[in-house]
Amino acid sequence: MPLVNGGKIVDDSFVKLAVDTPLPEGGDILVPAERFFGEADVLLKRSGKVGVIWPNNRDIAELVPYLGKVAAVALVFPTFRDGRAYSQARLLRERYNYRGELRATGQVLRDQFVFMLRAGFDAFEVKKQADAEAFMQTAKRYSVFYQPTGDGRITALHRRMQLRHSEGVGT
Amino acid sequence: MYAYDEIDRTLVNERVSEFRDQVKRRLSGELTEDEFKILRLQNGVYLQLHAYMFRVAIPYGTLATNQMRALAHVARKYDRGYGHFTTRQNIQFNWIKLAELPDALEDLAKVGIHAMQTSGNNMRNVTSDQWAGVAPGEIEDPRIWSELIRQHTTLHPEFSFLPRKFKIAITASDHDRAAIKIHDIGLRLIKNEKGETGFEVLVGGGLGRTPFIAKTIKHFVHGRDILSYIEAILRVYNQYGRRDNIYKARIKILVHELGIEKFSREVEDEWQHIRNSSLQLDDEVIEDIRSRFTYPAYEKLPHMPDELRQAAADPDFEAWRKNSVAPHKVQGYSIVTISLKPTGGPPGDATAEQMDALADLADKYSFGEIRVGHEQNLALPHVAKRDLPALWKALDKLGLATPNVNLITDIIACPGLDYCSLANARSIPIAQELTRRFANHELANLIGRLHINISGCINACGHHHVGHIGILGVEKNGEEVYQITIGGRADENAALGTLIGPGVKFDEVADVVEDIVEAYLALRERPEELFMDTVKRLGVEPFKERVYATR
Repeated sequence: MPLVNGGKIVDDSFVKLAVDTPLPEGGDILVPAERFFGEADVLLKRSGKVGVIWPNNRDIAELVPYLGKVAAVALVFPTFRDGRAYSQARLLRERYNYRGELRATGQVLRDQFVFMLRAGFDAFEVKKQADAEAFMQTAKRYSVFYQPTGDGRITALHRRMQLRHSEGVGT
Repeated sequence: MYAYDEIDRTLVNERVSEFRDQVKRRLSGELTEDEFKILRLQNGVYLQLHAYMFRVAIPYGTLATNQMRALAHVARKYDRGYGHFTTRQNIQFNWIKLAELPDALEDLAKVGIHAMQTSGNNMRNVTSDQWAGVAPGEIEDPRIWSELIRQHTTLHPEFSFLPRKFKIAITASDHDRAAIKIHDIGLRLIKNEKGETGFEVLVGGGLGRTPFIAKTIKHFVHGRDILSYIEAILRVYNQYGRRDNIYKARIKILVHELGIEKFSREVEDEWQHIRNSSLQLDDEVIEDIRSRFTYPAYEKLPHMPDELRQAAADPDFEAWRKNSVAPHKVQGYSIVTISLKPTGGPPGDATAEQMDALADLADKYSFGEIRVGHEQNLALPHVAKRDLPALWKALDKLGLATPNVNLITDIIACPGLDYCSLANARSIPIAQELTRRFANHELANLIGRLHINISGCINACGHHHVGHIGILGVEKNGEEVYQITIGGRADENAALGTLIGPGVKFDEVADVVEDIVEAYLALRERPEELFMDTVKRLGVEPFKERVYATR
């Protein structure tokens, strides 16, 4: 499954561990939330980076004490019609000021890229190769946004205000 | 009318191009039907019994004449020459071809019409009072706020994959014509003691298999905070709404399971985090939206022009005027409701020719504006009273002057088993038969205001729970069976109807309705006591006795 990060297809440095996979010596790891909490001290002392796979039905606020210590948070879309992780993503970015990698996993199709970018995701485990290749093109599909989110894109309402003011200056 | 600017147009065009790409990927097999299903539903495309059905949004029920002509064009070019106006200010086309859909959307986009979020588990078309901006006594035009919310909910990056569909309706009059109490969020525009605009916010209304009347969650939310408050409700719902069972996924179930107090606390907590954010609307932004709604340059006209005085001698004109013409906030003008319920016709249908002709009449008599109401009728919102006789003649020629607005044949019905893949029973033929039974205008007039609502399955698209008489078609042992309720209503006193007894067969439905009506005529204390009031006074029992005495 290709990983898109920073708009490009990249090698995934993280290895996903299940609850009972033996802990590798080094290297970057993504671990399920329950394992992370069970072994946080051990995991965070290793040399590689640690990321957490966070289920979409668990309160993201529980992760807040660790946000400065983890390198990645992977949120889950069990099917693309299950949109809970969009709320978790916005909370992480906009309320808890998380600045590390925010990864979308599960059923990720190109049709969600714009929504995900706006919600604060910057890494995407894309299900289909063709969708991953189309990432940059798809991400630029929209130039108008009605809602303010943490991504900083200017909203239509405010763009209108800017236009109005610049017109005002000219006349 | 709200005028789209370049920004709105760009977004609609970008959405059309995205959908074109999605259709292309489906046709090439790149997308599975399962994947495509969710994507097409985000854009109003259902797969029905015989073909794809395409639902187009008419936000808060306002249409310009060039938009109406574009709908006629779509009906003619891509469908079978007609369209069906729905209970949520949408229009549906029933025979569309998938490969042609992007072109149809592109044609509509040219006049600022789209199908975004007319289906799917997202925030649906924002609806409002079809008399917004013209109703006497209205606090202010609710469409300004409807438009702000329409923009905010369109392609929302957090709430486009909700547990289930989510509907918002707004009213600004004492008499609720927008049925806000059967919506996921209902907003009643009010003023606070300082004269500032805000909303009483209701939540958790909805019909379907578990109907609920919405409850007040907050008595006053200031207009500048309305987007953040809605966002807070949606965020709680998106995270905690049930996703394990689609019949329990609407917000009404979450509100019911948590209780309104706990639910409102959750929303309040969330709201405190986000109310002082960029979601807050400053006056300038609100005024900018307001400035793009234009209003007609009304003339100073007499209350009772000669033309109207003379036409009053014609009993046919008077019959129509009495139930189709309503007072306007400006003297000398009227609001004219156009019945899409001809005797023997499917409720809510209009042909392409009727749509075009109506657009011409609206240009001539209504400052180029048409409205769509949830009762599946249309309205011309600014007709000079002196023009009423001429307008009536023109409508009559088009088959659009049936004098039955708010009478027993002004029936709301879903498409039912004639079109819909979810339906268990037919709705349209029941409605057609009832319009024939009560075709006599004197009889209908004698009965007075009486709303019949018909749904062909438990999903309740025909709003049967809130019909004065509600008819629900179900399937029992391979047969269509109809359950009859009475006493429902969808207005400011919204209530769910009560079942009168065991279901009846298809052929018996019209007889049962006749029995109920006869019982009412015999039981009412005086002619002014409406059906609703008699049911309220006496309860279901006497009607039940009458219906089942001989069955």
